[in-house]
Parts: sequence; C-alpha cells; structure tokens
Amino acid sequence: MDIAFVIEKFILVTIIFAISLLIAMYSTYAERKVAAFLQDRLGPDRAGPFGILQPLADGVKMFMKEEIIPSNASKWLFMVGPGLAMLTACIGTAVIPWGSAITIGDRIIPLQVTDINVGILYIFGVVSLGVYGVMIGGWASNNKYSLLSAIRAASQNISYEIAMGLSIIALLLVTGTMSLKEIVEQQHGWHWNILYQPLGFLIFMVCAFAETNRAPFDLPECETELIGGYHTEYSSMKLGFYLFAEYINMFVSSAVMATLYFGGYNYPGMDWVLLHTGPIIGPLIGTLVFFIKIFTFIFFFMWVRWTIPRFRYDQLMHLGWKGLIPLAIANIIITGIVIAIIEKF
Amino acid sequence: MGTSVFYFVATLSVIFSLLVIFSKNPVHSVLYLILTFFTFTVHYVLLNAQFLAVVNFIVYMGAIMVLFLFVLMLLNLNKDNEPLKSNMVKIVGVIAGCCLLVTLIGSLKATAVSDPVLLRNPDLGLLKNLGKELFGPFMLPFELSSILLLSAMVGAVLLTKKEKV
Repeated sequence: MDIAFVIEKFILVTIIFAISLLIAMYSTYAERKVAAFLQDRLGPDRAGPFGILQPLADGVKMFMKEEIIPSNASKWLFMVGPGLAMLTACIGTAVIPWGSAITIGDRIIPLQVTDINVGILYIFGVVSLGVYGVMIGGWASNNKYSLLSAIRAASQNISYEIAMGLSIIALLLVTGTMSLKEIVEQQHGWHWNILYQPLGFLIFMVCAFAETNRAPFDLPECETELIGGYHTEYSSMKLGFYLFAEYINMFVSSAVMATLYFGGYNYPGMDWVLLHTGPIIGPLIGTLVFFIKIFTFIFFFMWVRWTIPRFRYDQLMHLGWKGLIPLAIANIIITGIVIAIIEKF
Repeated sequence: MGTSVFYFVATLSVIFSLLVIFSKNPVHSVLYLILTFFTFTVHYVLLNAQFLAVVNFIVYMGAIMVLFLFVLMLLNLNKDNEPLKSNMVKIVGVIAGCCLLVTLIGSLKATAVSDPVLLRNPDLGLLKNLGKELFGPFMLPFELSSILLLSAMVGAVLLTKKEKV
C-alpha cells in the first residue's frame, strides 16, 4: 500500500462526502421548490436570488437553536441515534462506481472508493442497518409517540427488505456478478438492466421508497397520528441530522438504482465522446451523465411525495407481504426459466 | 498487523459480550449484542471470508437483532415490572451455566489446534469459491438445511393461526 494510493482514496472519499452533503442540502431546497410547483405556489424565494441561499439559512437556524435533551431520556442513546442515522446514510456511497477510470500520466485512478466482490450485499447491509438510527432515537426519547414510530420503522424496514432482496436476486441471475463495477460495465451500449428486469426494477424502487421512509411510506413520521414520529423530542442539529440523513439516503438509493438498472455512467455515443475528449474529460462527462440520472430519480422521489397520499398501516403491510414478495418470487422464477431456455438453444 | 488487529477486535468482542450479560437494561443488552456481532463481522473480514462477513452483517445485525429490539421495545421491560425470581431459580441457573462452561472447556480441550497447512485455499471464503463448494460437494446438506428452515417458518405461521384451524 503506497502513500499515493492512500492520498488518492482520501481525496476521493472527501469529494464524495462533500458532494453527498451538498446534494442533500440542496435536496431540501429542491423539495420545497418542487412542492411549491406542484401546489401552484412560489416556494422559498427570500434568501438570495430564487431563494438559493435558503439551505444555508436553514443550517444556521438548526445550529443556533437551543438543544433540548428530555430529562427522562436515555442520554447517550439519545445522542447516538442521529449520529448513527447519518453514518449509515453516508457509508453506502463507498461501493458505487461514479465513473470510468481517469488516466493522469501513467496513473489510472478509478472513480470508485472500493470494488469489493460483494458490492450489492454491502449496500443491502448498510440499508438494513439504517433503521437502527430511527429505532434507537425513538426508544431513547422516552415518549410513546416516538416509541410507536420506532416500532413502525422496524417492522416496515424488515418487511420491505425481503422483497428488495428477492428483486436483487433476479438481477443477479441476469448479471452473474455482485461487483457494482462489473454490473455497470456489462450495461455498456444500451444493455441497460431495466430492459431485462422491468418488474424487478419496479419492486426495487417501491422498496427503496419504503426503506428511505419517503412518502407514501413515511409512516414512521406520520404527523397526523404520531406528532413528529421518532424525532418528536429532537431539536437543533440532532433533528437536522435526522432530516439530512433522509435526503442522503434518497441520494444514495437514487445512485444505486441508476447503477443497477439504468447503466450507471454509460450513455449513448459514449465511445465516440471518450475517443474525442481524452482520458480525463471523457470519464468526467460519464460522471456528469450519472449525476443527471441521479437527479432525475431524486426529482421522481419528490414528485411522488407531493402526489400520492400516505398509506394506512395495514395497507402497507398488505402491499409488502401479499403484493411485492409473491411478485418478486414470480420474477425470480420467470427470469430463471428464461435464462435456462436461452442457454439451452 | 493482522495479528494485532485480531487481538484488538477479539478483546472488544469479549468486552461487549460481557456487557450483554451485565447490563441491567434489556435494550442496552441487545445493543451490546449488536456490537458483538459487528466485531464478529470484522473477524470474518480478517479471515478473508467476505461473503460470510456480509451475510453475518445483513442477517444477524440487520434483521435478527432488529426483530429482537422490536420485541423488547414492544414489551417495554424495565426494572419496575420485572418479576422477582426465587432463590431456587437462581441456583438452578448457576448450576446449568457451570455445566455448560465445563462442557465447552472439555470440548475445546478435545479439539486439536487447527493446522495452517491444511487450509489449502485461503480464498475459499470469497463469493465465487464458496458458491461452487456449496452447490457442488455440499449440495444435498445445503438444500436439506433450507427445507429445515422452510418447515420452521411454516410451523411458526401455523402456530399463529391456531384458533382459526
């Protein structure tokens, strides 16, 4: 392990971390603007031109507010909760390939922090850990609404993880690898997995909505029933962390969906562009395309939130266990049969 | 470097496992158990068993412990409503625990020290090799164990539906 390698990875991690935070910050702004657009309002427009400084103002507000820890709360766990939510949201970005490798001089720099051969499972593991932040925070608050919300979050996450895992299995049957880098490279030249796995993508996307606690699956923070849900007792930046973690989760799951099903950094005419722009600019254009795909997904998340009403709890469980899981199993069986037939003839 | 990391993580495993037993609050116990499982994951990574590490991470930390935590939060156990145990139960518990300890020590003494020469393939824990082993020579036991799990699941569903049948 030479020192240049360490520096290279350190810079990459820092950039990815900064970009995740920046995108999460401006997602809060975009969310309000999208909501305003869909409800025929203007949205935030006071801070700076078009309200572009609104996230900064919000950040300052969050930091400046008084921090309250309820006297009957479990103090340590109360503080661990938001930190854990933030941590699990951020570490998912480590295995996502952001672009093809850049060549500077004779040094090849892959735009991916690490390419472990169980990449998809790693993402899946991080997603399944995400619920702990909500559960610990909700329990530690010592408030019955927070506790109810924590319990809801746990059962929702477990239910939808199963369907998510099953939809990934069908994808793995097609790709034959778990390395995200290889999956992206297989999709080069219009072999996008969405064309082979449309049903699998649909199931995966619904589960991604549920796992990130986004509407219409935002039952853990269902205001009309649970006040603020698991973050009822939180104030100041701890509350900010919870809200922020949701947007980072949204960013990461958009990136995962774009990687697994929409070709990652591949785009039509990629080889021609790569040939004409050189080994540094070319891959960065791919990265740009990847981010455009991510932003489209983030917009879709918001579009759905401000269009579809929230599920009732029994409807949520019904959809998860009786709708998505049988559908995902059927998808696996059909995929298996089709692959067997193609290999035979 | 590998050995020192191992000793560090092994110490953490022992400390967290002891905290699981000694913490008064059941929810804290479960949280320490999660940390213990996390140290196990690190052990698997150190042994170059990436697949096992990730599966341990997903299944134990991400699913089973969430369910444990879920049940404990639902029951809301705390010191006020903890049923008082009689001395008889405590003595029986101590004897049973000691018996288990003696058995474990005995079996540890009986096993030979693992021979590093016998571990021919250090990459066995990688995904591809593990899959080939499981679906090659160990096909039958693997499928049988999955049927065992399925039957347990069917049994659990049947138990919850007992009144209606």
